Amino acid sequence: MSIQNEEESKEQNPSSVTRRKFLKNTGYVVGGAILGGIVGNLIGKPVQQNNPTEAAGPATDYNQALMFFTIEQFRTVEAATERIFPADELGPGAKDLGVAYFIDHQLSGDWGFNSRDYMQGPFYKGEAVQGYQGRLKRREIFDIALQEMNNYSHTKYQKKFYELTAEQQDEVLTAFQNDEVKITTISPSGFFDTLRSATIQGVYADPLYGGNRNMDGWKMKNFPGNQMAYTDIIESEKFAKIPPKSLKDHVQH
Amino acid sequence: MAKKLPKVDVVLVGVGWAGGIIAAELTKQGLQVVGLERGKERKTEDYFMVHDELRYAYRYELFQDLSKETVTFRSNEKVRALPMRQYGSFLLGDGLGGAGVHWNGQTYRFLPYDFEIYSQTIERYGKNKIPAGMTIQDWGITYDQLEPYFDKFEKMAGISGEENPLGGKRSDKYPTPPMKYSPQMKMFQDATKKLNLHPYATPSANLSEAYTNPDGIARTACQYCGFCERFGCEYGAKADPVVTVIPVANKTGKFQIRTHSYVRRILHTGNKATGVLYTDVTTGEEIEQPADIVVLTSYVFNNVRLLLNSKLGRPYDPKTGTGVIGKNYAYQVQKGNALGFYERMEFNNFAGAGALGVTIDDYNGDNFDHSNLNFIHGGGIRISQTGKRPIASNSVPKGTPTWGKEFKANSIKYYNRTLSVSGQGASMPFRHHYLDLDPEYKDVFGDPLIRLTFDFEEQDRQLAAFLAERCGDIMKEMGADTIQVAKDLGPYDIVPYQSTHNTGGVIMGASPETSAINNYGQLWDAENVFVVGASSFPHNSGYNPTGTVGALSYRAADGIIKYSKNGGMLV
Repeated sequence: MSIQNEEESKEQNPSSVTRRKFLKNTGYVVGGAILGGIVGNLIGKPVQQNNPTEAAGPATDYNQALMFFTIEQFRTVEAATERIFPADELGPGAKDLGVAYFIDHQLSGDWGFNSRDYMQGPFYKGEAVQGYQGRLKRREIFDIALQEMNNYSHTKYQKKFYELTAEQQDEVLTAFQNDEVKITTISPSGFFDTLRSATIQGVYADPLYGGNRNMDGWKMKNFPGNQMAYTDIIESEKFAKIPPKSLKDHVQH
Repeated sequence: MAKKLPKVDVVLVGVGWAGGIIAAELTKQGLQVVGLERGKERKTEDYFMVHDELRYAYRYELFQDLSKETVTFRSNEKVRALPMRQYGSFLLGDGLGGAGVHWNGQTYRFLPYDFEIYSQTIERYGKNKIPAGMTIQDWGITYDQLEPYFDKFEKMAGISGEENPLGGKRSDKYPTPPMKYSPQMKMFQDATKKLNLHPYATPSANLSEAYTNPDGIARTACQYCGFCERFGCEYGAKADPVVTVIPVANKTGKFQIRTHSYVRRILHTGNKATGVLYTDVTTGEEIEQPADIVVLTSYVFNNVRLLLNSKLGRPYDPKTGTGVIGKNYAYQVQKGNALGFYERMEFNNFAGAGALGVTIDDYNGDNFDHSNLNFIHGGGIRISQTGKRPIASNSVPKGTPTWGKEFKANSIKYYNRTLSVSGQGASMPFRHHYLDLDPEYKDVFGDPLIRLTFDFEEQDRQLAAFLAERCGDIMKEMGADTIQVAKDLGPYDIVPYQSTHNTGGVIMGASPETSAINNYGQLWDAENVFVVGASSFPHNSGYNPTGTVGALSYRAADGIIKYSKNGGMLV
């Protein structure tokens, strides 16, 4: 794990962060596919103090805005996912990995609308082995559940979920996980399971979806991401630590 | 009024492995073939961005859109069947190449025992060995009869392998050598040899080396990138219909593929089909395609559903055990495995290929004595190195919470420090496991969905527990520090993914009384209708089914060519 920690500390180096953000930013502006080569040429060059982008203020990740959540919902999800996958000595947690943005973006599309699920009635309560039989879409479930999380937090601690201590937040999440919260419209544990799996997805999906920021999820796990071949190492006894690549790599040249 | 097109020799419903193989073989003989495919076209270039676990494995990019059509499920007849609203237990293919695009490429041959399971069980153990309600039957064909077709499929796909010491007799070796052996595979190989078992490299459609098949189709070698199952291959190294048989059919100029064409009825008068009725899903137009021969080559569920919706063949009635369409649905007992945690070793688990692995068949079929066991058949036991992906792979030692700091630490620590040995158990048919039309739920056209009535039986639970113990023994020999054995099968649950090896419903056999088709796939009740795929399996073996589906497809192609010349029942 020592090498991973070194990578983490490198990432926290301010100049490298700036360069990364600059590249990301530039990629958005110019369109990676066409001018990626130019962007690529900038890698390795020292970032100059009088760089025009720097002068214009801190670089911006335009992907980090909200497509679905309200600010309060966002804060609630950010706090909850951070408890599911917390920052620790191994590396960043869900918050710094951008998981709440990932979930927000997912809820705004097919997944949030259950577009590719069978959503025709009639709706009956089924056996557990028959799977989800509700009529609510994932985005509707999130709307209700996040409200309920804050209601529950307020009843118990007179605060919003994201204002609670970490221990109190864990208690609330556990109450949802174990169906100790009385809600008639949704299944608290069903919501918790969705939130948990969405968190894992946000930690480890390709960064193009807004989570796994800087591939830090992959780096912690020693997963090399998008590699074209492992023919050289497949027979090797030695563990191969390979710097990860993302799908962005495919449109930069 | 449906638009009526000019008649063709043969119309295929679905262009996956079965459809592609039959199209290639028939067009080579000069027959005019139309392939109707409900999904879109697919090609290797589609997979430029394929190393995307979220899109392909968790958002089901290549699979059937369940909002339009799904299956309904219940454990038994006392329960109301409800729709499978989201993916879980199995993943339904869609588009050109069908499930043949997103498979792993593990290409086994079923055992000689499988084809004569009823006779051989009685012969060795007596009639009482078969529990009440278990409806195993012989397949109406022997392994020896099918062997040339296995060989043909393996040469077409370029299967990479080495001889299975406990398998059926082979007329020839595999066309390409086995895949590379990783250290993990060697550990399994050494351990099983020490236990006097018979390991062999899992036969692979991923291609160990560049290969040109007898049709002149050249493909490149697998790069072990670790994205096979649920993904398409960006190299065309993994054999799939799009890079093997479909181009051969296209080259003849006799094959016309119509994508976005959803077949809804087989049209028939008397005991013959006259063609099919389909909807062009891009326009909504209904179109009639007349044909001399109709071949059903869609997935298990739709082969059955199309026959039932078309009122062709005799529907199965579980109360009397009579009728055949929908009979003997079977699945796979995917429980029975051992997970090993290694404190001092790290493996390159992220590297792999869909069919990279080592298998033993010592506990498969009737390769071991069942006299004192409360089940028949068995399962393959393997180590598989398909490439561990980070969303899916979060194995933690027992007692670790499912979230929080400890979960994070352990799921990261053990990601490359776990190995798994697992059983793939056979699934026996029972009288009350079947497919029929759902009385309530409909697809996007208003046609009834298929209804699945299925649960695990005592046979399955005994088998899972037995395989789990064997897996545990092997894992122990492989030196894991901690071993977790999963042996409790529980009830069949449609929520967690298990296996896309659904079988039966239009089963083959020697008699029209007990089977729907003969050993060429020819429907007993309509001589110009052929039904091909795993729907024809009277039970499912302890193997992945595609090798046997491929062999039966070549067999059916032979039958259809014969029928096109002489007509009449072929058996």
